[in-house]
Amino acid sequence: MDAEPIIRVENVTAGYDDLVVLEDISFEVGRGEVFVILGGSGCGKSTLLNHMIGLIPPMAGRILIDGDDMVSADGDDRHRILKKIGVMFQTGALFGSMTLHENVRLGLEEFTDLPREAADLVTSMKLDMVGLREFGHHMPSEVSGGMQKRAAIARAMALDPQILFMDEPSAGLDPITSAELDDLVLSLARSLNMTFVIVTHELPSVNAVADRVIMLTEQDKGIVAEGTPADLERQTDNPLVWQFFHRKAGHAAGKTQGTIGATGQ
Amino acid sequence: MAPEALNQTEATLLAEPGDGRTLVLRFTGRLDSRSTGRLWRQATQALKERRPERVVVEAAGVDYCDGSGLGLFLEIKLCGRAGGFAVEIRGLRPEFGQVLGAFAESDFVIRRPPPKSPLRVAQEVGAVTAVVWRDLSSQVVFLGELCAALVKSARHPRRVRWKDAVRVAELAGANAVGIIVLIGVLFGLILAFSSAMPLRKFGAEIYVADLVAISLVRVLGPFITAIILAGRSGSAFAAELGTMKINSEIDALTTMGLDPMSFLVVPRVLAAVFVAPLLALLTNLAGLVGAAFVLLSLGFPLVAIRHHMQSAVDAGDLLGGLFKIVVYGAIVSGVSCLRGLQTRTGPSAVGISTTRAVVSSIILLVVAEGIFSVLFYCLGI
Repeated sequence: MDAEPIIRVENVTAGYDDLVVLEDISFEVGRGEVFVILGGSGCGKSTLLNHMIGLIPPMAGRILIDGDDMVSADGDDRHRILKKIGVMFQTGALFGSMTLHENVRLGLEEFTDLPREAADLVTSMKLDMVGLREFGHHMPSEVSGGMQKRAAIARAMALDPQILFMDEPSAGLDPITSAELDDLVLSLARSLNMTFVIVTHELPSVNAVADRVIMLTEQDKGIVAEGTPADLERQTDNPLVWQFFHRKAGHAAGKTQGTIGATGQ
Repeated sequence: MAPEALNQTEATLLAEPGDGRTLVLRFTGRLDSRSTGRLWRQATQALKERRPERVVVEAAGVDYCDGSGLGLFLEIKLCGRAGGFAVEIRGLRPEFGQVLGAFAESDFVIRRPPPKSPLRVAQEVGAVTAVVWRDLSSQVVFLGELCAALVKSARHPRRVRWKDAVRVAELAGANAVGIIVLIGVLFGLILAFSSAMPLRKFGAEIYVADLVAISLVRVLGPFITAIILAGRSGSAFAAELGTMKINSEIDALTTMGLDPMSFLVVPRVLAAVFVAPLLALLTNLAGLVGAAFVLLSLGFPLVAIRHHMQSAVDAGDLLGGLFKIVVYGAIVSGVSCLRGLQTRTGPSAVGISTTRAVVSSIILLVVAEGIFSVLFYCLGI
């Protein structure tokens, strides 16, 4: 990992309109790192991700992607920053009027000067990486939810971005595909030095891929724990983290307040 | 990662002859999606022109290689496979080689599907006929189911979702008053004005009042109202039910043991049948007011206009028109709900259903109007 972090989140307060979801959080993601954001439902994981990919400007603080602030950038600058990132949305967000192949090829067509057959071959390779080479001619509505998700990953990877943001990549995938996806993430991170920011609930997946983990909670509106998956699993200071990593319901750790959002899901 | 990989070194390709008919392709620099397009053209061009027996790819100078760069190496291998020459890749860094090695060449040999033989005219006519036939049968089935659901609702009126019906009546009826009045007045104005011009030649301008009253009350008032209902509310019904279909809400209703017909269609049809006559009355009134404006501007006194309008139409005409609009309301709401329930999957599906709802409504309205005209003529109404 390089000394210079590729993502720097500085004192960010995140939320929508008047609703503050996360307050004054700061962290850094190193180049080539697989960084996982953990937390129960409703703790603001996806909100944080939406801020990091520039969809929502933070209420306070700033987020730097490779040294650039996406909020203050506009026009060509913003475009240059956006080319460094790829995003896989929770629902896949594939364009329903295009086949899977066309979905993946879109970025290559628009932003590179690859000849048509080259774009087609690279697209097939991306689809092959997620095990969908044979399904390129299908429309998104004709394939299963898990396949849509994998196609969305292929689309996010099409331009080989430096950073790949993934919102719940393995939710809805079978364990085998999920493990294959973990291998893919590791292989891309190690061989092409891609940085991954992954929001997930899946503990096996976290243990398999994560270099570093932060855990958010609804109660603290911020980061409650940070470290490697092994660090977090061992730590006993915070009952929520313990419950999460040991898949215990809220009462198991003697909690009195509602912690439904923090039970291992 | 090695720091030099981040350098923005210019990617280059040197194609040089080796021993015998060997072609050496020497790649250097950063092979990414920005630079690969150019090199791709150069490489494929060189392979085509030189027709080598053996190709050696010297990749030791490649600092960085993303998916596009790996695609280029794979393409050279595929060209070798197709052109019958051996390809050897030398010096590619192991981390890139590992990713490239994960792709089996045989998987990427393009298998073109056999071209489809064009359908013959007779086949196409047959296919279209089958589609139309299936659509007609689905409409008949739907009509039957709707009638059964309405009879059931009449037997158990407490089971009808009146709250939904009232909400739909408000949306389709009360909220449509503005546009109905506007179009009614304008239509009356246009009708009166365009018929006043030819009738002036015969000195019969005052009969414009009779003409407008008869045509509005008997035919045009209900018909325009039905068209507005189709455009405004029919499309909304189809879109609403279509979205529910896509979100599996209809499936959820069915598995909960609730009949979508009674639950969704019946309240909409009842609401439409209830508000349609009221809207038609409003169209008639607004149209007559519009016509009266024209006649007033031509110098006729209001009392004469009113007298002519009253004597031209009787209660039979009005009731006939209202009967038609009740049927039209049922047609528009029924067929729009049917189109909504027939929605398939995909983002364009709701749009297609909405279009089909409006088009089917208008076609059925014209057909029904034709049938009514003949029927009323035969019955002497």
